Amino acid sequence: LLQPAVSVGNVGQLAIDLVISTLDMTKVGYFYTDCLVPMVGNNPYATAEENSVELSINAEVYSLPSKKLVVLQIRSPFIKNKYRPFCQTLLSWVKSSKCARVILLSSSHAYQRDDEQLLGTPLRYLLTPDLEKAVGGLMQELNWKEMEKVAAYPGINDTEKVLYVPGGGITKLLFTESCSKGIQMAVLLKFCSEGDNIPDAFALVNYLNEWLQLIKNEVNTSSQWKIPSSWRLLFGNGLPPALF
Amino acid sequence: MATFFGEVVVAPSRAGVDDEEEGREETPEDREIRRELEKKREIDILWTLKPGASAESSAEELLLCSKFIVAIGRNAAAFVSSFILDSVCWEVVGVVKLWNEWCRTSSTTNVLPTDSFCLFYRLISDPTVLLCQCSCYVAEDQQFQWLEKVFGCMQKEGLQVTILSTCPVADYKTQESTLTLPSPFLKALKTKEFKEQVCCPLLEQPNIVRDLPAA
Repeated sequence: LLQPAVSVGNVGQLAIDLVISTLDMTKVGYFYTDCLVPMVGNNPYATAEENSVELSINAEVYSLPSKKLVVLQIRSPFIKNKYRPFCQTLLSWVKSSKCARVILLSSSHAYQRDDEQLLGTPLRYLLTPDLEKAVGGLMQELNWKEMEKVAAYPGINDTEKVLYVPGGGITKLLFTESCSKGIQMAVLLKFCSEGDNIPDAFALVNYLNEWLQLIKNEVNTSSQWKIPSSWRLLFGNGLPPALF
Repeated sequence: MATFFGEVVVAPSRAGVDDEEEGREETPEDREIRRELEKKREIDILWTLKPGASAESSAEELLLCSKFIVAIGRNAAAFVSSFILDSVCWEVVGVVKLWNEWCRTSSTTNVLPTDSFCLFYRLISDPTVLLCQCSCYVAEDQQFQWLEKVFGCMQKEGLQVTILSTCPVADYKTQESTLTLPSPFLKALKTKEFKEQVCCPLLEQPNIVRDLPAA
C-alpha cells in the first residue's frame, strides 16, 4: 500500500498524483470517512472528454494488479481531533486486508534541519523493525540516509533521542503505531518548505522509484512521470486583459 | 521560518496537525471538555410532520422521498425563497438546530431572511418532494453528522438529490480572466447514476467543491 501523509507542501500527495497518473491506475474504491474535510470534483486524472466526468472525493483507492500495488490518495486536510481515529481505522484496514507492507510518502519542514542535515541529500527514509529485517540491506546498497533522531530535551540532556518529523502531519503517529503493531512500514520523506512543491514531488517520486522501480530508470527520469490535468492553474487564473 | 525582519515565526502548514497536539496526552479534564464541546456541537433535527406534534429524528419510519432539493448558503437560500417557495404550495416539515462559532439556529420555523436557519419544506401537491433551505454555516466537524442525520431519515431508493450552492468567482480557476465569464455562471457536478440532462456545463478540472455541498 502506497499512501501520502498530508504534510508540508503537500509533497506526498503530489507524488502520489504522479504515480497514479503515470501508471494509469484504476480507481477501485474510496473511504467513507468523517475525519477529512469533504470535497468533490471531476476526475483529476482526466486525459480526454470521455474520462473527465467521473466524480472524485477526498480519500480514494487505486490499484495496479500487475505490480501488486494499491495506492490511497488523500485530498483534504484532517478535521480537528480526527487524525487519531483515522490512523487507527487505516491501520486496522491494513491488517485486515493482509497488506504486506505500507509505504508512506511525506515531508518535513526544511527550516527545522540541523547543520549536518543542511548538507547533502534532503531525502530520508524510516523503516519499522519488521521491514528493517526484510529490506535494511537494500537501503544500504542504495546509499539512502535514515532520518536522524533528535534529542528529547535539547540543551539539557542530549542522550535521549526521539523521532521528530515537524510538518509531517500523521507521519510520526502512523510510524510509531506501525512499529508497535508489527506492520511493515517504510516512510520516505523530503525536507522542503511551502511554495511551488512540484520539483519536491518529482524528487520524492524518483526516490521512491529507486526502490520500487515503478517506471524505467532512464537518464532524464523527470520527463517519464505524467503530470495530471488537475495540476493546471495551481497558482491562479489568467490575467484580465484590461490590466495592460 | 525566518521572515525578512529577522524574526522567527512558526509558518502555517498544510500538514493540518499542530505539533503541540501530538505530544500532549489527553487528561481527564481535557476529555471532559472535549465531550462537552462535542455535545454542544451536536445537530438535532426536529420534524413537524403531523400538525401540532413533533417527532425526534430517531423515528423509525423513513420519509418517503422522490426528490430532495438542498439549497446551501445564503445565496442559494435566497434564490429558493424568491423563486420556488411560497406558503401556498409548500409547508414547513422540519428544522435543524445547531450551534457553532459562526452561527446558531433555533427551533423556530418562523424565520427572517437575515437569520441563520436550516428548514425543511414539503410540496403539498406531491409530499415526496422535499426541499431543505440551509442558510447557516455548518462547521467542518458537523458536516458529516448533518449528512448522516438528514439522509438517515429518508428512504434512499429512487431518490434524486439536487444540491444548489454558490462559490466566490475568485475561487474559480480558469485560463482566461474571471472578468470575461458569462453571467449567470453555472457549473454542475453529477454522479454516474444521474441520467437526465444537466442544464449547464460540468465543472472542469482543477476546480473543486468543498464543505457541506461536497459532503
